[in-house]
Amino acid sequence: MAQYLMSVLTDSPDLANGDEMAAIDVFNEQLQTDGYWVFANGLASPSAATVVDARNGEPVFTDGPYVETKEYMIGFWIINAPNLDVALRLAAAGSKACNRRVELRPILGE
Amino acid sequence: MTDVGEVITQVHREEWARVVATLARRVGDLDIAEEMAAEAFAVAVERWPIDGVPPNPGAWLTTTAHRKAIDRLRREVRREEKHREALMLYDTPEPLGAIDDDRLRLVFTCCHPALAMEARIALTLRMVGGLTVPEIAHAFLVEETAMSQRITRAKAKIKAAKIPYGVPFREDIPARVAGVLTVLYLIFNEGYLASSPGHEPVRSDLTAEAIRLTRLVHALMPADGEVAGLLALMLLTEARRVARVSASGELVALDDQDRGAWNRELIAEGHGLVRARLTSGEAPGRYQVLAAINAVHTDAGDVRDTDWSQIVALYDQLMRLDPSPIVRLNRAIAIAELDGPEVALAEVDRLPLEDYHAFHATRAELLRRLGRSVESRAAYDRAIVLAGNSAETAQLVRRRDQLAGR
Repeated sequence: MAQYLMSVLTDSPDLANGDEMAAIDVFNEQLQTDGYWVFANGLASPSAATVVDARNGEPVFTDGPYVETKEYMIGFWIINAPNLDVALRLAAAGSKACNRRVELRPILGE
Repeated sequence: MTDVGEVITQVHREEWARVVATLARRVGDLDIAEEMAAEAFAVAVERWPIDGVPPNPGAWLTTTAHRKAIDRLRREVRREEKHREALMLYDTPEPLGAIDDDRLRLVFTCCHPALAMEARIALTLRMVGGLTVPEIAHAFLVEETAMSQRITRAKAKIKAAKIPYGVPFREDIPARVAGVLTVLYLIFNEGYLASSPGHEPVRSDLTAEAIRLTRLVHALMPADGEVAGLLALMLLTEARRVARVSASGELVALDDQDRGAWNRELIAEGHGLVRARLTSGEAPGRYQVLAAINAVHTDAGDVRDTDWSQIVALYDQLMRLDPSPIVRLNRAIAIAELDGPEVALAEVDRLPLEDYHAFHATRAELLRRLGRSVESRAAYDRAIVLAGNSAETAQLVRRRDQLAGR
């Protein structure tokens, strides 16, 4: 079993609407029933981000995301899947449910 | 000595994919499989001239490569654990049935949709075709180091993202087979009409390799109509290869080709595949329709015997499957034969193919037939600018210069 991060990408600050939220709920329940679920949640917009750098002693705090991009992550799933083919199917279902693009990345295992 | 050399070349051609594929399943690592297969062939080059060729060369190579792989795994850090894990996970019994063939797993893995198209092509040629990295680099005019990196990156992604070494889910098979065929067709087309002027205009090494790989996939999935269709399409195209380029290195249009030079054997094989698909009763996909169009062309001993109404009917069928401007352009060329150049030109002028050399070349030919020389010349000029293939450029220049002075 491997773990994958499914990042939900967006270029607009709009949160999921009612229909999208309902579809996401159905998808989440299915993930749990099928045993793929690890964790999922939405994220506040990048304007709420703070970058912290404590590499050189006293931490330095910087307001805003580490890099300004047109497209950013507004939510994510972490799933368990035996291989990429299964993960791709789940990512496709997730993308459909939240009506946004999804980036799928393996989480480094042991 | 030379005989053994020839045998090894032959065995390499026939057994490489099987050795890599079997090993990849056993050790669960494409990288090691490739490397150890190469090493096993190196041992064969050394031993066979002295010891003689073993009775079953493929099995000998697989066993040699497998031993080397085990040695290698043993030498690695965390070796015992890893080795045990590898054996536990992958030393499954030999699979049964064509769809479970290791080589098919290898093909599907190399053509996985999560890989970039250029990586799929390179991996397929290396892992399934057994071409060396320099050969692949040369085929696509890429630096060897760049091609080597491309293959290394693809293998690393397969490992990191856990692209499975297997046959896709049943529901995904049509889409995944289509993906494999796209890779094979791209290899073939690069050979059929090399896209860059720095090359021979027709690369028979690449067309032959594409046909060999497609034959393999067809043997592994004999019931798949589109695989058979693509193989037929390639054979019927390859059959005309010798007649397609003149002695002076110029592309020869279908209606000017020396039909006596067409390869009868390939045509017969291609026609056989098309007939088998027709009698299957299944609705054909686009490769089968393209093959049928080529079957009609190659059926005519003289261009004047071409059954154009049949060809237009097939293009109509193709448009229902793939209503792209390029299909409409090719249909218009057939329409010109059936309904005349004026009707065809009206259709061509509607197509959004401003940047496609064949669009301008087609317009040039139609305008020429209509006696509109000035416009025809301008269209040839545009096609010449856009064409990348040296033989095609030579043909277009000659056709343009035949037009009376402006």
